Amino acid sequence: MTAITSNFSAAPVLPKWMASVLLLAFAYGVVPLIGSSYLFEAILLPFLALGLAGVGLNILTGYAGQVSLGSAAFMAAGAFAAYNLNLRVEGLPLIGSIFLAGIVAAAIGIVFGLPSLRLKGFYLAVSTLAAQFFVQWALTKFSWFSNESASGVIDAPRLSIGGLALDGAVGRYLFALTIVSILTFLAYRLVSSQTGRNFIAIRDNETAARIIGIPVLKTKLLAFAISSFIIGVAGVIWAFAYLRTVEPAGFDLDRSFQILFIIIIGGLASIRGAFFGAALIVVFPLGLSRLGGFLLGDVFDSGVLDMSQRIVLGALIILFLILEPDGLVALWDRIRRRLLFAWQST
Amino acid sequence: MTFLSTIKAAALSAAMIVSVALPAAHADEQYFPLQSYRVGPYAAGGTGFFGGFIDYLNLINIRDGGVNGVKLTWDECETQYEVERGVECYERQKSHAGAAAWNPLSVGIAYAMIDRITADKVPLITVNHGRTDSTDGRVFPYVFPLLLNPYSETSGIVNYIAAKEGGIDKLKGKKIVVLYHGSPYGKETIPIYELLAQKYGFTVQQIEVPHPGNEQQSQWLTIRRAKPDFVVLRGWGVMNPVALKTAVKVGYPVDHIVGNVWSNSEEDVIPAGDAAKGYTAITTQASGNTYPVVQEIVKTVYGAGKGNLEDKSRIGSVYHNLGIVNGILNVEAIRVAQEKFGHRTLTGDEVRWGFEHLKLDPAKVEALGAKDLFHSINVSWDNHEGEGYVTFQQWDGKKWNVVSDWIAPDWALLRPIIEKSAEAYAAEKGIKLRTADDANAVTTN
Repeated sequence: MTAITSNFSAAPVLPKWMASVLLLAFAYGVVPLIGSSYLFEAILLPFLALGLAGVGLNILTGYAGQVSLGSAAFMAAGAFAAYNLNLRVEGLPLIGSIFLAGIVAAAIGIVFGLPSLRLKGFYLAVSTLAAQFFVQWALTKFSWFSNESASGVIDAPRLSIGGLALDGAVGRYLFALTIVSILTFLAYRLVSSQTGRNFIAIRDNETAARIIGIPVLKTKLLAFAISSFIIGVAGVIWAFAYLRTVEPAGFDLDRSFQILFIIIIGGLASIRGAFFGAALIVVFPLGLSRLGGFLLGDVFDSGVLDMSQRIVLGALIILFLILEPDGLVALWDRIRRRLLFAWQST
Repeated sequence: MTFLSTIKAAALSAAMIVSVALPAAHADEQYFPLQSYRVGPYAAGGTGFFGGFIDYLNLINIRDGGVNGVKLTWDECETQYEVERGVECYERQKSHAGAAAWNPLSVGIAYAMIDRITADKVPLITVNHGRTDSTDGRVFPYVFPLLLNPYSETSGIVNYIAAKEGGIDKLKGKKIVVLYHGSPYGKETIPIYELLAQKYGFTVQQIEVPHPGNEQQSQWLTIRRAKPDFVVLRGWGVMNPVALKTAVKVGYPVDHIVGNVWSNSEEDVIPAGDAAKGYTAITTQASGNTYPVVQEIVKTVYGAGKGNLEDKSRIGSVYHNLGIVNGILNVEAIRVAQEKFGHRTLTGDEVRWGFEHLKLDPAKVEALGAKDLFHSINVSWDNHEGEGYVTFQQWDGKKWNVVSDWIAPDWALLRPIIEKSAEAYAAEKGIKLRTADDANAVTTN
């Protein structure tokens, strides 16, 4: 597993929190003014949802060392729980249903985290597949979850907080951005706290961690709970703010793999890495498809183009992992260090 | 600073690429955004349907120089039948000026688009599929499940089975199994089968096949134990040939399997080989390439080397013909709207008005060269399906043979159920029911 790269990067020009504040100021102040609806609907909303899911999985896999293939199931649990809480509990504000949906996802995460007490590595990954299949099966099988809707697809409720409607593209973007920022900040605090160090201790050497007095069982389950909570809320954003419909098929195994790839490509055990990875997974295929359509759209049909994009994307990922196994975040830090060095030596 | 600005830059450059790639529509162009799928498990349906659609648009451009001089344009965006790709395509293509109508050919994508197209005021066409209660134009002004909504299809199939058994009263005590695709499309008809079973006194058992459906051993063993009189196959893509082959394996007679409108193509039966011989399926448009409009496409479009199908033997196949019929419906809606608003690029709302006045009687259908290809359509502002007729075809191992007349589904029975469902949706979403006057108020710019 990777070391926490961010702790060893060169001294930045600005204090770290300053960069985050500027970034947030840009995201809140500038982006809503200049962005097009395409930018929000097709790029930023899936990026925020998948980035947050990546943060959640990174806590579990990157920091605590427990591999999971059930991320999409926890997203689904969060999305459907939020939908049902919103529908069935009178007077519960939207934020309340989202928080409780995270709790529901966390509870399911704890249940499916129990095998981690005995299983490790690949075996644990396979056992988390059970969550993936079970949750999807249950949501399809019992139509109560989708309010007896004929097709199993449900419309997300209107987004509004305290009477303020957030149905437009910008509103949903700000809604997602706020939740993602808060949870990311909390996750960032968590991994640098004692609990975060316990996670890392268990990841690096479980026996040693036990000997120095870390409650392994409790810590692992805590990692599952926190991770599932965050992924569950990411599921709510995916369904309510991005797609605005909820269906179990949207949370299939492919999605779980996608989130796993996000943290591997972005950088394991890095909060920023999840967003780097999500940016690559969301934006890169779109750019490639635009470029392909632009250059060769008249020559080939969209099917051939799509296939060749997959080949290019796959090849690039392989190449990238060989050249930079620590992920985009390591690449980014190295580039920044070089630039800084070049700047200082002039 | 960091990643968000990188994305922003990427997005801007992507936007620049596309703005170069797609010149803005001129005053005399009408654009079709095609959210097609040519790869993935449903590519057979996608290539056939969008192939037929594009072939017809090409025919109009080459033969007539467009619709009253307004040239038809389109571009494709690959969705692979996946909802989030469909949404991305929607956002990508909607910036193009002069969009006439959306045709995603996927229930999941259509559901995700309903709010969006209603806000943008551009029609969404779900020919032969879609959300049943969107038939009610009072609640869904911009959604058109043209020709056949899922409930009408169900009614048509049940009526056909009744006719085979010798009358609607003979359904009493019969047992029907519905084998459905595990997707929003597949589940759409669960309540209507239950309701018709109650009404006519047959028992129904509905069994799901998880997407994509390439393994059905356990489902067919259940069917063998249940010993139903008929099995309705509500499949899609690879699920269909696998169902037919597995039926033979467990010894269920194939001539007692009735396919629905998305289990009725050559691509569904040819891979099943002999197992498909004698299989019957419902359709709204006959297969074959003898119809004048198909012949003209062969001559004019393929003759000019502009045909869309790579495999020319698929010309006149079920999906290809459905694409052609869909092309006819879209183009005729534009024509209707042009008569009212002028021979120019129309707004989405004007095309919506065109669809709501789309009336093609059998004589008009014949004039379009599509006699017997499909029966007729009669769309109005509150009935967005348009009362399409169905027929049944049987596979003889080489081709489909029509084995029934044009049958009308039981619309009078279905309409109150559809209205109830649509009104519930309107109440949940806070939508005010539209009136005929609202339907005549058209946004013209």
